[in-house]
Amino acid sequence: MHIWWTIVRLAVRALMAYKVRSLLTMLGIIIGIGSVIVMISVGRGANASIQDQIHSLGANMLMIFSGTVKSGGVQSGYGTKPTLTIGDAEAIARDCPAVLRVSHATIQPEQIVAGKKNWGARVYGTTDTYAVVRDWPLRSGEFLNEQQVRSAANVVVLGSAVHENLFEPGEEVVGQTIRIKNAPFRIIGVLQPKGRTPSGQDQDDAVFIPHTTMERKIAGGRLPGLVHFILVSAQTGELVAQAKREAEELLRQRHRIAPGAEDDFTVRTLDEFADMAGKTTDIMTYLLTAVAAISLLVGGIGIMNIMLVSVTERTREIGIRMALGAREGDVLIQFLVEAMVISIAGGIIGTLLGITAAKVIAQLAGWMAIISLDSILMATIFSAMVGIFFGFYPARKAAGLDPIQALRHE
Amino acid sequence: MAKDLPVIRFRGACKSYPMAGETVQALRGVDVDIHAGEFVAIMGPSGSGKSTLMHIAGLLDSLSGGRYELEGEDVSAISRRNRADIRNRKIGFIFQSFNLLSRCSAVENVELPMLYHRPAIADWRERAMQALRSVGMESRAAHLPTQLSGGQQQRVAIARALVNRPALILADEPTGNLDSRTGREIMELLESLNTEGITLILVTHDPEVGQAAHRRIRLRDGMIEADEVN
Ligand SMILES: Nc1ncnc2c1ncn2[C@@H]1O[C@H](COP(=O)(O)OP(=O)(O)OP(=O)(O)O)[C@@H](O)[C@H]1O
Ligand SMILES: [Mg+2]
Repeated sequence: MHIWWTIVRLAVRALMAYKVRSLLTMLGIIIGIGSVIVMISVGRGANASIQDQIHSLGANMLMIFSGTVKSGGVQSGYGTKPTLTIGDAEAIARDCPAVLRVSHATIQPEQIVAGKKNWGARVYGTTDTYAVVRDWPLRSGEFLNEQQVRSAANVVVLGSAVHENLFEPGEEVVGQTIRIKNAPFRIIGVLQPKGRTPSGQDQDDAVFIPHTTMERKIAGGRLPGLVHFILVSAQTGELVAQAKREAEELLRQRHRIAPGAEDDFTVRTLDEFADMAGKTTDIMTYLLTAVAAISLLVGGIGIMNIMLVSVTERTREIGIRMALGAREGDVLIQFLVEAMVISIAGGIIGTLLGITAAKVIAQLAGWMAIISLDSILMATIFSAMVGIFFGFYPARKAAGLDPIQALRHE
Repeated sequence: MAKDLPVIRFRGACKSYPMAGETVQALRGVDVDIHAGEFVAIMGPSGSGKSTLMHIAGLLDSLSGGRYELEGEDVSAISRRNRADIRNRKIGFIFQSFNLLSRCSAVENVELPMLYHRPAIADWRERAMQALRSVGMESRAAHLPTQLSGGQQQRVAIARALVNRPALILADEPTGNLDSRTGREIMELLESLNTEGITLILVTHDPEVGQAAHRRIRLRDGMIEADEVN
């Protein structure tokens, strides 16, 4: 349709006549759309990588902590006055049908000595099932076995960061001895790197010994029979919720918690963690979207302002067009198209800058930027709408001009 | 169209402008018939209402009293939109100051009236070039108005007025901004259009231009003072 093509071409030409002015007018839209794109792609990317991290914590896993986790904190209940016991863990393994495996651990920070080097790390006193429940493969050697746990053997499995800090890269350490609290421990395996938890703790900066050994030789009589947390893996993904119910019921019985009273433990599924993490990133997204909305509003007002100036400057042109037979609607559409060309051009520039910025931010933060077509489409439609909305009043004003007055202008 | 039916008929045409305090009476009861194919010059002192009459005849403005018939149809009180459509189809305007769009090339200026023509004109490109050819400006089609002399700009404006094949051309002092030689060339062009059948009405202060017309209407204080035929 040549009419539309002509209208758009003339609109572009009108804007190109004042390049700097048009660009400045677009600035608000550029910033607004740019930040929307950054927000959405970084937000989605961050969320996706947090979800990945959470689900890499273990397969179909539940975590049971002492104390009640108050709203907001993923980790706040962790390590408060321990109420969970090894007996609790064993009871869950025995009595909950939806549960496949159970592990538990106490944690104590210690200096670890290897030859002349030493390194501070978290020492986990745990069960032989820990690596399986955490879905954590070994790089070399083996994890703790049942016999070693039963006999309280002096054996240790190293996290990859501990290996890195105490030994040469690639050095085969299985069979070597390290010392924890002066007791010698034979290294039986090294775990693969697992990375950080969503809360930023380096999971690889840890060593694992049998909980029996921990209790007798490291903890020195503290926390007899108590554990910091219990990990449970459900039989299947579908049974996670049921496993949670069973474990909660059992623990309430064992801890003699009256009906209606507050639990002294908390069971969390990974999905619950993921939801909580999702909520915090959602809040960020809403907040920053509000910022974007405000800059779009400011950008829109900028467009309205410049269009009003343009209508005044081009009053005579409007008069000429009317004399040649332009209807009110023709003039209206001409100015609306101009406003839309500004706002869509701003939207496109903003989208490109936003994508670039999102990629840079994601690179720096170490996660991916998820740039989806729908956010780009949304940005474009949104900027066109800003153009129509804020261009309407000036266009209406142009269309309502009296042809004679307009022709007399200047 | 019956031969005796005038293209333009004013009966008791009045136009007043309400100003602060008093109203200015630009036209006070004009009766006039102009027939198809006529070449009419409207003359008279400054402020006598010539431009006002042209604007109303061209449906850029409306009467405050009396009646205006265009090609037998009463157009005194039609809508803005209908007036725009009639201007587009039936009337070609030529202005003293050319009134070309400065950002558009000659040919784009000529295309403008076709942009607003409904239904759309299919061969608009050829038509625009053809109109430019008829005023001898074909070779300047791509030039901007600022790259053209006054006479050339007025030729482009004439091509623009012609492109929708109007019945009526209204020219308000078309030679007013031109030197006398160029003015004469423009007048020759307009006269040749009239010879081809277009009704031509022009406002002029120039007695020589007035002499070329077949009929002279003299206005004074918004009324017809004289109406003489050659
Ligand atoms: N928009 C307007 N508001 C108020 N008065 C107006 C307006 N337009 C025209 N007039 C008045 O109407 C009268 C006729 O004006 P018009 O422009 O028709 O004169 P003219 O014959 O074309 O004069 P000139 O030869 O100087 O162009 C003048 O007194 C003018 O002041
Ligand atoms: Mg005048």
